[in-house]
Amino acid sequence: MIDDPVNKHYKFTIPREDLMTPGHSACPGCGEPLALRYLLKALGPRTVINLPAGCAAIIPGVWPRYSLKVPLVDHAFECTAAVSSGIRAALDKKGVEDVTVVGWAGDGGTVDIGLQALSGAVDRSTDFLYVMYDNEAYMNTGIQCSGATPCGAWTTTTPGGKHIQKRHDKKPIMEMMIANGIVYGGTVSVAYPEDFIRTIRRAKSIKGPKFIHAYSPCPSGWRMDPRKAIEVSRLAVRTGMFPLYEFQEGRYRFTKEIKKRKPVEEYLRLQGRFKHLTPADVAEVQALVDREYEELEAKVEAGRR
Amino acid sequence: MHRTYKDLPSEPVAMQSTEDIITGTWRSIRPVVNEDKCIRCYMCWKYCPDMSIIVEKEGDYPTVDLDHCKGCGICSNECPRGAIKMQREVL
Amino acid sequence: MIEMMTANYAAAHGARLARADVVAVYPITPQTSISEKCAEMVEKGEMDAKFMMMESEHSAMSALIGASYVGARTFTATSSHGLALMHEMLMWAVGARRPIVMPVAARTIGGPWNIWGEHQDVITERDVGWLQIFCENNQEVLDTVLMAYRVAEDPEVMLPVMVIEDGFILSHTVDSVDVPDQEAVDRYLPPFRPEHPVSIERPMRHGGVVMPDWWTEFRHRIYLSQEVARTKLLEAEEAFQKEFGRSYGGMMELYRCDDADAVLVVAGSAAGTAKEVADKLREEGKKVGVAKLRVFRPFPAQEVHHLGKKVRTVGVFDRSYTFGDGGAMFNEVRSALHGQRNNMKNYIGGLGGRDVTVKNIEWIFEDLLKIASSGKVDRTVEWVALKDGSGRW
Repeated sequence: MIDDPVNKHYKFTIPREDLMTPGHSACPGCGEPLALRYLLKALGPRTVINLPAGCAAIIPGVWPRYSLKVPLVDHAFECTAAVSSGIRAALDKKGVEDVTVVGWAGDGGTVDIGLQALSGAVDRSTDFLYVMYDNEAYMNTGIQCSGATPCGAWTTTTPGGKHIQKRHDKKPIMEMMIANGIVYGGTVSVAYPEDFIRTIRRAKSIKGPKFIHAYSPCPSGWRMDPRKAIEVSRLAVRTGMFPLYEFQEGRYRFTKEIKKRKPVEEYLRLQGRFKHLTPADVAEVQALVDREYEELEAKVEAGRR
Repeated sequence: MHRTYKDLPSEPVAMQSTEDIITGTWRSIRPVVNEDKCIRCYMCWKYCPDMSIIVEKEGDYPTVDLDHCKGCGICSNECPRGAIKMQREVL
Repeated sequence: MIEMMTANYAAAHGARLARADVVAVYPITPQTSISEKCAEMVEKGEMDAKFMMMESEHSAMSALIGASYVGARTFTATSSHGLALMHEMLMWAVGARRPIVMPVAARTIGGPWNIWGEHQDVITERDVGWLQIFCENNQEVLDTVLMAYRVAEDPEVMLPVMVIEDGFILSHTVDSVDVPDQEAVDRYLPPFRPEHPVSIERPMRHGGVVMPDWWTEFRHRIYLSQEVARTKLLEAEEAFQKEFGRSYGGMMELYRCDDADAVLVVAGSAAGTAKEVADKLREEGKKVGVAKLRVFRPFPAQEVHHLGKKVRTVGVFDRSYTFGDGGAMFNEVRSALHGQRNNMKNYIGGLGGRDVTVKNIEWIFEDLLKIASSGKVDRTVEWVALKDGSGRW
């Protein structure tokens, strides 16, 4: 299953230092602490994070404990990007320029309830990095459908069964943000840490509003074996369900080229949330993924010209 | 450690490490590294969400921090040589 | 320097003189000209602040919470629906202990639509933990903004403050305002130095999860800070008097109450009208007084208690309502007078921009004097100048 070349020289392929301590409260196999871990490896200690309600509010530990080694500001659900704007404004007023402000929110906190604040902050050209860790539903409240839940997935509010409750796919948040005016956009997956870190560092080097869409598996909510978390994340990329690409200055570029996409069925069948899908449903999902992937390929191609 | 009202900070700020929280108790299966098979690629270290795979320095074999390992099994699944087996915890 | 300006401009000048670092705003009538004035002063270089136009009042308050954590002095203003939309973050600001100062041009909340003044918006937020100070005139608005920062940022308080001005009646009415010198304000108001700023060198988590084991204690801390704020407000006003020569009577200003047969408790601009009417009635030999409820949170229960000992008949004028009960101010005054044998009556009026006239207040005082002499309260809640055809008004 491994498509990364095995490093035979006992070399660490990502920075060794962690700005995060074990003992955090993530479920076993959760992708979110991995994403945070990679993020902090990429950004280093001169970082301020702010985050809303969600799994991310629980994972760093409950008072008086704290598992990160950078400052963190907590706030309500819908205001991530607005709080980032405020933090950046205050840092600017104090003349602090070399600190990266990171708004870190889940998919529901981004594409649904936090969309207004995010759009405003991008519109104001706030110099910050917004990371949406996408576990494809409201997981902290117990697996409710969000605007980022994929077509056909079971959640407690899309009980599924034979009928696919949600026929439309995830909100195209990257496209929405590009239209809104971000200076850099990138997708990252916890299955590709080297690419994850490279993309975050690239984003950090650019001034202005940056948007990162981070794929973050949720074994509890996706009804799968925790040990499969990375395997599933890798399949999401290799099937084209979650392509890795970046956007800058009007051009799209794949950061992980997939020469021959695997059938989505390989991805779907590892997860209980898709187990009710009939072959016809799977075909429908495949058609959807094909269409979206081809659209993206066309954009990447246009950027090459 | 805040034990009394008087020790509380004026506002709810948290700065005490989570390291003394023993999440290892959540575990029902534990990873066991077979050094004969291990090629020290450190995939297990890279993908551990709990930072519980310890590699002191380059070239070392990985060991498991059982105080914090939650037994998710990602290391075992990602190991390219099948050098990590998940073993049932015995009470 | 004496200048002619609205209360909204006075509020903006207060923010300028306080050297607010970050101003985040969203427009709403009748507050908007506070935001506009700040933008203008920042644009002209008269005010050294980061000015941010937000996408909602909720975002404005959120941004200020973030900025305040970094150690910035923060300012915004709102009204009505804007305040209601902020509700969640108002509470967050309190729990996060952020000393934000916010003028509120008090207004109705719909529906149906009505953009004019009353106190319903701010009264609805009385339980969130903000200090609430009602202003009588434009000068008091400017001065109270300065006092508010001094109290809010006190390490023993660390709570946000609402400076309340009546929508349109003050917000859009030009009056003479003595604008203090920057040097004097700098002497009065030290820079903001929070105990736990966001710091790269000393990273910590601000406002994370607190479990049932310590939640009560953190809440109790806020309760204690509100209690301490009583003293701090008085100290701030005393120092203000020394520096600028003006003061506003502390938590509750007693006007001609000493030998009064009846007194009317009233907040905001209507207090000015009531004082004028009291003067007039006093000339006619009628012994009435006015208790201007200046600080509503923390509630001046002690002061009300003493007032009740002094004056038997107490009327309370509410520019808002609690459906299913009398006005909020009335209920709070009544509870502070618990166990005392005061005659009490609630007057609700001045809603949705309707003027509180000299005639209205005269009627109220006459009504209270009737109660004082007969010892009988005809009804607990009276809606002032109600067009119900009863001929009472």
